[in-house]
Amino acid sequence: MINEIVSMNGYGSYVWSAFSFTLLSFTFLYFVIKLQLTKEQSRFVSKFGSLTKEKARVARSQNINKEILSNISKI
Amino acid sequence: MFKYFEPNKIFVITSRAPKYVLFLFIIVLSIGLTEALILSPEDYKQSHAVRIMYVHVPAAWISLGIFSCLALFSIGSFVFKNKNFSLISKSLAPSGFIFNVIALVTGSIWGKPTWGTWWAWDARITSMLILALFYLMYLLAWRIYKDKEYVIKITSIIAILGVINVPIIKFSVDWWNSLHQSASVNVFSNTSIHMSMLIPLGIMTAAFALFSLLIFLMKYNTELIKIKNKGLDRL
Repeated sequence: MINEIVSMNGYGSYVWSAFSFTLLSFTFLYFVIKLQLTKEQSRFVSKFGSLTKEKARVARSQNINKEILSNISKI
Repeated sequence: MFKYFEPNKIFVITSRAPKYVLFLFIIVLSIGLTEALILSPEDYKQSHAVRIMYVHVPAAWISLGIFSCLALFSIGSFVFKNKNFSLISKSLAPSGFIFNVIALVTGSIWGKPTWGTWWAWDARITSMLILALFYLMYLLAWRIYKDKEYVIKITSIIAILGVINVPIIKFSVDWWNSLHQSASVNVFSNTSIHMSMLIPLGIMTAAFALFSLLIFLMKYNTELIKIKNKGLDRL
């Protein structure tokens, strides 16, 4: 049964390489985008940390900023 | 109407959705892979090589669909001067490009056992390659040009010009002699593919669509945080 799934009547190398390429491309793209997101999130945190109390209060009043901060604190 | 889709209104959803979409994607992909690699029958002519269809066809469909959306949002950003549209287009492009590459590479792998060659300058393959070049130009334009207004204009032109290629890809098999067969799955007429193959194809298409949604959401969030970072500089 396993041998049959692996060899697939001699077409196994074609089928498995097509599926492997697809899954590897998915993994690669996911981690590239994830890395970009994490980088921007940590940049946001460091910038937010360097704000004065008054500026931080103004920034926190915006919905998106509040959401970004709450998401990062969950990570 | 567009005010309901403004970034500050939808960010609450787009920032929380990826983990649920990822979970759903893994489940649907697992079912799809089991169906495609184990449960679905082999073809009487192509034997097991037909299983490549389950990654090749959905990838091609989704790359075409994403490019059409890209062009639609680009026209929208031109007509309504809505910057959120260009942000959506920019976030859609990476997954569209990857699906285009997957369609080309898996098509090439499928070509060897069925046609006896890795590559042919067939109308559909060539037009898919042209689409990949349009995707590449679109993505590079966002990297090269720094002026926001200018880059929106350039990328919109690339998307609108590129979408002319989409119907060419779709109808290339009917207009010219092609190694590809005519469409087996039709929305408006009879589908010639058997249910035992149509079901795994549908599940894999759903999995691929979920993956493109996941990448879109993550990229869209990245772009919004980038804008917010610039906003913090201006405070």
